Amino acid sequence: MENSKFINDNFINYVSKVSPRTNEVRTLFRAFWVGGLICCLGQSFRMLFENVFSLSDDVLAAYVSMVMIFLGGLLTAFGVYDRIGKYAGAGSIVPITGFANSVVSPAIEFKTEGYIYGLASKMFVIAGPIIVFGISSSVLVGLIYYFIYNVL
Amino acid sequence: MIIDYFMFLKVFIVGGLICTLAQVLINYTKITSGKILVIFLLLGVFFGAIGLYEPLVKFAGAGATIPISGFGFLLADGARKGAKESLFGALTGGIKSAGIGITAAIVFGFIFALLSKARSKRN
Repeated sequence: MENSKFINDNFINYVSKVSPRTNEVRTLFRAFWVGGLICCLGQSFRMLFENVFSLSDDVLAAYVSMVMIFLGGLLTAFGVYDRIGKYAGAGSIVPITGFANSVVSPAIEFKTEGYIYGLASKMFVIAGPIIVFGISSSVLVGLIYYFIYNVL
Repeated sequence: MIIDYFMFLKVFIVGGLICTLAQVLINYTKITSGKILVIFLLLGVFFGAIGLYEPLVKFAGAGATIPISGFGFLLADGARKGAKESLFGALTGGIKSAGIGITAAIVFGFIFALLSKARSKRN
């Protein structure tokens, strides 16, 4: 028994010595600049639409997120976004393009399992929780404010 | 066309910092990326609901709206505006303003998935 304990400890030491250390400062830096750059891309679309189509603020934001979702989906379909994700981590997950990636990526991956139970249902593996929590919490916010505005 | 370069700096820093915060959570806790998205969405809903996210959107534009927390802000903001009008507005306001994002993701996602060859995720 003591011997196996000794081997276990040795093994754990060995693994922690050999396994690649993720350089944490480096991942933070990568997430920062890629995430910032994606937001800047969104901002340039925003300025472009503002100048060319002269839209109101709300419509502007809607069009920008639509274009960004389109781009995120397109890059996922070409297999580029997953590579960006490997480099940037959260820098590619948190922007809205990452939301598009989380929809398109499993849809492509599970296409072989059919169009209904594969593609269409697996689309929502990650996006589903976002929609569930998003809509539920927005209804909660709406009800609270309705109470504040109309009852109090 | 006048380009506000200082605005881009603000967008870059705020957007980058939101992503860095998510990366900190990934590095130092064992939270998976799916949970990160839900957490940041709910943070956006929360700060949108108490009115703290809107100043950030005014300050940093796309730096605050492009991260998933901006999507949460849209949901909360829509619900708040709808609640001013009616109970029906309170219930539908969130999805009304966030509907375009969900629609775009589903429709584009569907089209792209139909057009591309099935393959497993690259690792």
